[in-house]
Amino acid sequence: MSIIEARQLTKIFGGDPDKALQLLQQGWTKERILKETKHTIGVNQASFTIEAGQIFVIMGLSGSGKSTLIRLLNRLIEPTSGQLLFEGRDVVTMNAQELRQFRRKKIGMVFQKFALFPHRTVLQNVEYGLEIQGIDKTTRKQMAQQSLELVGLKGWEDSYPDQLSGGMQQRVGLARGLANDPDVLLMDEAFSALDPLIRKDMQDELLQLQSTMQKTIVFITHDLDEALRIGDRIALMKDGVIVQIGTPEEILMEPANQYVERFIEDVDLSKVLTAAHVMIRPETIRLERGPRVALQLMREQGVSSLYVTDKGKKLLGVITAEGASAALKEGLLLEDILVRDIPKVAPDTFLHELFDPMSSSHVPLAVIDEAERLLGIIIRGSVLAALAGNTVPEAGAAR
Amino acid sequence: MNLPKLPLGDWIETLEAWLENHFDPLFELIRVIIGSVVDFLASVLMLGPSLVMLLVLTLIAWLIGKWRIGIFALIGLLLIDNLGYWEHAMETLAIVLAASLFSILVGVPVGILCARSRVAQNVLTPVLDFMQTMPAFVYLLPAVSFFSLGVVPGVIASIIFAVPPTIRLTNLGIRQVPAELVEAANAFGSTPNQKLLKLQLPMALPTMMAGINQTIMLSLSMVVISSMIGAQGLGADVYRAVTQTKTGQGFEAGLAIVVLAILLDRLTSRVMKKNKR
Repeated sequence: MSIIEARQLTKIFGGDPDKALQLLQQGWTKERILKETKHTIGVNQASFTIEAGQIFVIMGLSGSGKSTLIRLLNRLIEPTSGQLLFEGRDVVTMNAQELRQFRRKKIGMVFQKFALFPHRTVLQNVEYGLEIQGIDKTTRKQMAQQSLELVGLKGWEDSYPDQLSGGMQQRVGLARGLANDPDVLLMDEAFSALDPLIRKDMQDELLQLQSTMQKTIVFITHDLDEALRIGDRIALMKDGVIVQIGTPEEILMEPANQYVERFIEDVDLSKVLTAAHVMIRPETIRLERGPRVALQLMREQGVSSLYVTDKGKKLLGVITAEGASAALKEGLLLEDILVRDIPKVAPDTFLHELFDPMSSSHVPLAVIDEAERLLGIIIRGSVLAALAGNTVPEAGAAR
Repeated sequence: MNLPKLPLGDWIETLEAWLENHFDPLFELIRVIIGSVVDFLASVLMLGPSLVMLLVLTLIAWLIGKWRIGIFALIGLLLIDNLGYWEHAMETLAIVLAASLFSILVGVPVGILCARSRVAQNVLTPVLDFMQTMPAFVYLLPAVSFFSLGVVPGVIASIIFAVPPTIRLTNLGIRQVPAELVEAANAFGSTPNQKLLKLQLPMALPTMMAGINQTIMLSLSMVVISSMIGAQGLGADVYRAVTQTKTGQGFEAGLAIVVLAILLDRLTSRVMKKNKR
């Protein structure tokens, strides 16, 4: 179910936005409107839907309108035109009272420069959103403490923000955003001010929080790696326009235009693509079959090894052509020549983590799920093809 | 070219007369309120014998500030008592405190208004400039005609002269609150009043205290001037010494004012620092 739906959402800055809007709808470009009417197009007719429980990343360079767009979602900036539906309700037409309730209950926000209140303690900061709702002292303290525990800041309740490091301050910001248990969390370049290492930790923690709490998160970033790492879907913005919306793979594999292409050309694909993207269908054989069948299969498929599974597709090991022919001569069973100790990886392993096991293995890597069922195998060719930016023809074929 | 002189002075006097005729009950009310506040403060300050009160004030100074302020208070106040200006000093202190109190009561809300409304700020800025640059003596005349002679018109003139810093710095302090903090407060659904009370005023407090400090200093500087229309206290002593060319007496009374000034300044800036976070 989509929780947020934007239709033609537009923001124009300037003295007479309605006039500029007309010109925009007549097809004037952003540059021409700026030059001739001194109006700036912040967001240009953005339409998108955000599914509940997703991390929706809005990405773009500075000046692309992404910060304006996220502020349109809770009306910190008033849209010039367009519709914004939140759970089917139009946010744009809410009056002041309804808007306050919406902000208090439904939508939290985390800011780039943390925006913590310096005169309040960590706990009081986290309590703020609850306090202004008139929630009594004991309850809100309890809720704030839970929220602080969630971000790993237990024990820091009575510190002041300026006594904390940047990473910890943003944890407070996150705790404050989560304290009133909103359905949607807006994160405006929330990790951009942090050191790279701390940023990565925070990304991991956010992903973990999200998987347990199932919040919908709208995340703004100018950092493509960050977008690819945490985004379920990504909207790429340029000059106030959403150029492409898609999953990270779609953006990487099918860039909508040259701008997106240029944007992604430096991406280290090995840190984005996973084993599941490059695995191909394995040739398998059941353990009860004989060596003769195995050899026959290898000849037909032109491979020199077979993956052995049980009835439930659980991976048992691998047999090689040499093993099979030896077994045929000596009358052994497949079980006797089965190589059980083979490298296995999970489907969400990133490609750069595959290089090591691949280089030390004679057989292709096996991709298995939690129940050890064989999902696919990884051969060098498909990894190289994926890193070169080509789609893998057989990707994910083994189902 | 011989243009006729603009009858500005006549207009002002007409306005003064009109106000006096139509708003007399209001002026009377203000007179009673301010008069009783000054009397009350003076009677509190002179509750006991000078030595007892002196120790009480020293104790307060020591509690608010550090031991150094306490020692200064003790020595300074002993000096005032020794020179024989104790009662007049307390009268002056009562006038200054009353003027400052009313300045804060007027100045803080007006400052908040200026911070909230650009129109109010644009209208009031020149008015404040006018209030501060007009020679303070000029306020004495209408003050006397509305409130008659005595301590009340002195306090009124002091308020007019001393209130601008409180207004300006309240406005400034609120406007200086970083935009992203205001945005955060909005994003969580604060009402305008919650934003003011929980974010803007607490954060503006150090700046506001600087304004209040200036207001207190300015109302102290009005003490001598308002003695010309019958306000009692150290100002009257100075004024008398000046008219009678008694250098020694003028110096003594002046020194007492200096002691009060230093004490008030150190104590208010101490409060200012304590509130800084």
